[in-house]
Amino acid sequence: MIRRLLVANRAEIARRIFRTCRDLGIETVAVFSDADAASPHVTEADHAVRLAGVRPADTYLDIPAIVEAALKAGADAVHPGYGFLSENAAFARAVLDAGLTWIGPHPDAITAMGSKIEAKLLMAQAGVPVLPSLTPGPGGAFQPEPPGSARAGRQESGEPVFPVLVKASAGGGGRGMRIVRDPGALEEAVASARREALSAFGDGAVFVEPLLEDARHIEVQILADTHGTVWTLGERECSIQRRHQKVVEETPSPGISPGVREALFDAAVKAAKAIGYVGAGTVEFLVKGATIAFLEMNTRLQVEHPVTECVYGVDLVRLQLEIAEGSRLPAEPPGAAGHAIEVRLYAEDPARDWRPQNGTLHLFEVPGVDARFEVPATGGGHATRPYGLRLDSGVESGSQVGVHYDAMLAKVIAWGPDRAAVARRLATALARARVHGLTTNRDLLVAVLRHRAFLAGDTHTGFLDAHEVTAPAVPPVPVFALAAALALAAGNRAEASVLGGLPSGWRNVASQPQRAAFEGPGGRVEVGYRLGRDGGLAEGPPEVRLLSATPGEVVLEVSGVLGRFAVARYADEVYVDSALGSMRLRRLPRLPEPVVLIAPGSLLAPMPGTVLRVEVTSGAPVVAGQPILTLEAMKMEHQISAPAAGVVSALNVTPGRQVEAGAVLAVIEEQQ
Amino acid sequence: MIDSRLDTASADFQARRAAMLAKLRDLDAEQAKAVAGGGPKYVERHHRRGKLLARERVELLVDPDSPFLELSPLAAWGTDFPVGASVITGIGVVEGVECVITASDPTVRGGSSNPWTLRKTLRAADIALENRLPLINLVESGGADLPTQKEIFIPGGRIFRDLTRLSAAGIPTIALVFGNSTAGGAYVPGMSDHVVMVKERAKVFLGGPPLVKMATGEESDDESLGGAEMHARTSGLADHLAVDEHDALRIGRRIVRRLNRRKAGERGGGGPQDVRAPLYDEEELLGIVPEDLKIPFDPREVIARIVDASEFDEFKPLYGASLVTGWATLHGHPIGILANARGVLFSEEAQKAAQFIQLANQSRTPLVFLQNTTGYMVGKDYEQHGIIKHGAMMINAVSNSTVPHFTIVMGASYGAGNYGMCGRAYDPRFLFAWPSAKSAVMGPAQLAGVLSIVGRASAEARGQVYDEAADVAMRQMVESQIESESLPFFLSGRLYDDGVIDPRDTRTVLGLCLSAAGNAPVPAPAGFGVFRM
Repeated sequence: MIRRLLVANRAEIARRIFRTCRDLGIETVAVFSDADAASPHVTEADHAVRLAGVRPADTYLDIPAIVEAALKAGADAVHPGYGFLSENAAFARAVLDAGLTWIGPHPDAITAMGSKIEAKLLMAQAGVPVLPSLTPGPGGAFQPEPPGSARAGRQESGEPVFPVLVKASAGGGGRGMRIVRDPGALEEAVASARREALSAFGDGAVFVEPLLEDARHIEVQILADTHGTVWTLGERECSIQRRHQKVVEETPSPGISPGVREALFDAAVKAAKAIGYVGAGTVEFLVKGATIAFLEMNTRLQVEHPVTECVYGVDLVRLQLEIAEGSRLPAEPPGAAGHAIEVRLYAEDPARDWRPQNGTLHLFEVPGVDARFEVPATGGGHATRPYGLRLDSGVESGSQVGVHYDAMLAKVIAWGPDRAAVARRLATALARARVHGLTTNRDLLVAVLRHRAFLAGDTHTGFLDAHEVTAPAVPPVPVFALAAALALAAGNRAEASVLGGLPSGWRNVASQPQRAAFEGPGGRVEVGYRLGRDGGLAEGPPEVRLLSATPGEVVLEVSGVLGRFAVARYADEVYVDSALGSMRLRRLPRLPEPVVLIAPGSLLAPMPGTVLRVEVTSGAPVVAGQPILTLEAMKMEHQISAPAAGVVSALNVTPGRQVEAGAVLAVIEEQQ
Repeated sequence: MIDSRLDTASADFQARRAAMLAKLRDLDAEQAKAVAGGGPKYVERHHRRGKLLARERVELLVDPDSPFLELSPLAAWGTDFPVGASVITGIGVVEGVECVITASDPTVRGGSSNPWTLRKTLRAADIALENRLPLINLVESGGADLPTQKEIFIPGGRIFRDLTRLSAAGIPTIALVFGNSTAGGAYVPGMSDHVVMVKERAKVFLGGPPLVKMATGEESDDESLGGAEMHARTSGLADHLAVDEHDALRIGRRIVRRLNRRKAGERGGGGPQDVRAPLYDEEELLGIVPEDLKIPFDPREVIARIVDASEFDEFKPLYGASLVTGWATLHGHPIGILANARGVLFSEEAQKAAQFIQLANQSRTPLVFLQNTTGYMVGKDYEQHGIIKHGAMMINAVSNSTVPHFTIVMGASYGAGNYGMCGRAYDPRFLFAWPSAKSAVMGPAQLAGVLSIVGRASAEARGQVYDEAADVAMRQMVESQIESESLPFFLSGRLYDDGVIDPRDTRTVLGLCLSAAGNAPVPAPAGFGVFRM
């Protein structure tokens, strides 16, 4: 029996595993980097061990440090979560060698699936359908394709058919992955994918396969005990992705036939059995029509496991722990009930190339949550099944979101009797969530969940490119700005050091309204208002009536309909949440300081990061679009190119230099 | 707590309210003239030049959503000069500091000063000095209105003296120069503690290029004689060079922020936590004062609608009942109130007032005078019982009291009652009138009647026949002249008050003035003159 479990991970998955441990009476051990010292997963654990440093390589990827932490804390088992070392066979071996229980498959199974190149070979041999693979060798030549694969990806000449996908063999999470449509760009894409893979996984091996466009991404959850029982717990459809990372996942898939489902289950079981798999695992496939192709097998718990838990009424972590303790699975898996959808709420800006955001998450509230880290059980005596809303969150109000780790804030899962009802519940919960401090993909998620194509089950990996959801409709800006201004006015009165008790903006001779300006979703917005003797609006938009205003809430009647606007302010940022939607506004100063002029042609850092390479020297002539330097931020490379032809008149950085967002990196003096 | 007996459903109330609302519409119309400045053409031209209007400058200078009390908005009413006297003065909050702000209105005859501008400006400086409020001048003025220079030149020197005396008293003076400030006007920045000039706009010199050419033959230009850059870099007259008007206002606010002001006489009150609204609606203040001031009204109905929670602890309620005295708080500030109940002041009322004023001085409590008085009682009995002595006691007490006084003229303010109830000549910190107010040596009919009696007696003494027809005409003429000259717009135009206010704003105005007065230290105990007993 496991007595004390260390989770070699952070944020929501650590909290998720701790929840099950608490249910089972297992003591918990957290590890944390210096950046995570105040994180909820640390405060919730029974014991916690610091991993000095902030970079993943120094902390959550440091095998000896984590094993030492487990021994130091007296843990007798280690759960790797997902990501980080979860699919690292060396880590699994180190844990086992230290005499601890490893919550996961045997290291050999991890190794077998760890290299995508090897795994495809193995699966093809076991009779699992795969796409042809082309392995670029030195000098750009392609190695022979693995036996058993179709020739569909190659011309007779041996050259690949475009478009193709360059993938890191050790990859995951979209890193080291490049889509290439133009043969001329292949070499550079392979090189850059290699660099990124090397940096992220310590393994630069990449391979190329045909790009199966607009296919569905479907995976099968399997669970195998040490006694030979292998369950499939349904499929999960994870087609809606950005940058090859999943954002919406659901079970069951809305768009596959029973025949395809059977074929997938069958292939998944074959895959598991081929490598003697034990524990929870996921076999991923691309599905287009009747075509199915093995993508990879994840030898760990998946991010999106909660949808399976909801529909099958199981606790996958509990089952993982029990399998590790040698327990026997029942012969048949439990039956499925209802439909579940999960969305991943990321601190990222969909409108700006999904750029990750960092800073303080001032407020994080999702209304109507029935359960955290577990299957909701809210039905009471009346419902036949306890459907509900689940939140698995790595953050709380006030959390710091740093640049070092994944920008996922939380997963929100709705479970209900049918897909449409679940999508509606989840969309409404997200729309009414209060998320302050960071730009998130929340509006995008709501737009997806409410999209006609999504509701029709027409989901595929190109969904976000095919549909206009990255710039969702914004609520009426003037009304929100007015609500913000009136709340700020109430705050100004409450905070006034003199005459705070007098009526807001009182004038014995009124000449003009109070004015407030904000930077809103559509640019600058200015509102004017003057309060009358009765506290209502004596001057303002004619269709709006002011019913009450406090620093935190403004009640307006807009064209005859009463609306409550919750307003929160953090320095110059103002957040307005209402049933009409949410809006972030930036308060603009009435008397701005004179602008500091930035030399024309300056290249500014788009986000904080580290300068990776500098491609030019000072004084060098450059052409438009020529790469000037590469910035690494959030584990991604960002190329900074010359906006126009000219000469590098200033070069302010060298490789390795840390830069803040907005820092002037270089100046290109334009030449006619 | 005052138990109101006002019947708001009565015809009387409705009639009084209707009459007051009509007067308030007139007030709005007159104040709108001041707000309109030089009219659409000049306003448009000013904006086209990329400049802010005087009121826009003031609005941007004060803290967002803070109150602003404009002073003397009807200055120059009834004269040859535009209503408002081409300058805006008032009390506003800048960076949490109550300040007196003056802003010349360049859309009105170039912002030039006429005799009323001068009086309004001097009054603002007095308020700054007496209440120790920093004075911020928003300067853009074409100088003196030359045709009336005889009324301006000699007394106008006081403007500059006031500035340096404020400074000497430790009261900061700040000049934000937006445009012309030449000749005498150059001494406004010259005498100020802090000076900000707007680049390419401010023009500050003693003599312009033509005058210099005439005086010395030197060729020069505006910028080298008085440009903002020159003053910031060369002469040192400007402490700050602002890139534009908004920048000047921003710098002005920063200056106030760094003044490190503390309110010397702060005794609590004024904050949101101090607001205990009256139990009765301020709106009902419109229906209390009768149009015919001969009809008395109970001032407790007014007090019940302006003091905190309508709580009023009356002093000597059974003695001298035609003057109501008592204690209350207003926006948390403790006050003593003297209010006329039935117009006439008798000996008892005068003695009660003298005692009450002394008590307020003992406890350093500010006093509010609510005027509706026809004066001290006349007649043989009253004279023989010493009404002059008793009136003199009250005037002695009012004159030498050192606590801040605030006067509201609600209705009549006639005769020596005006003095005893702290009229303008008795220098209350602030004096405001309701539109229903009338102030004169006596009522118009009485005054005409007195003239008639005196005229008739004089004719009889000379043995002449008194012309009755001429007497009727004379009475009518005098009555209407006195009537018009006792009305609040006329008196406000001559700076005999600090403004005509909506009765519903009384609590707010007094709250603001009490807080402003708290910037000056609590006064030393009063020493009174010899009371003639």
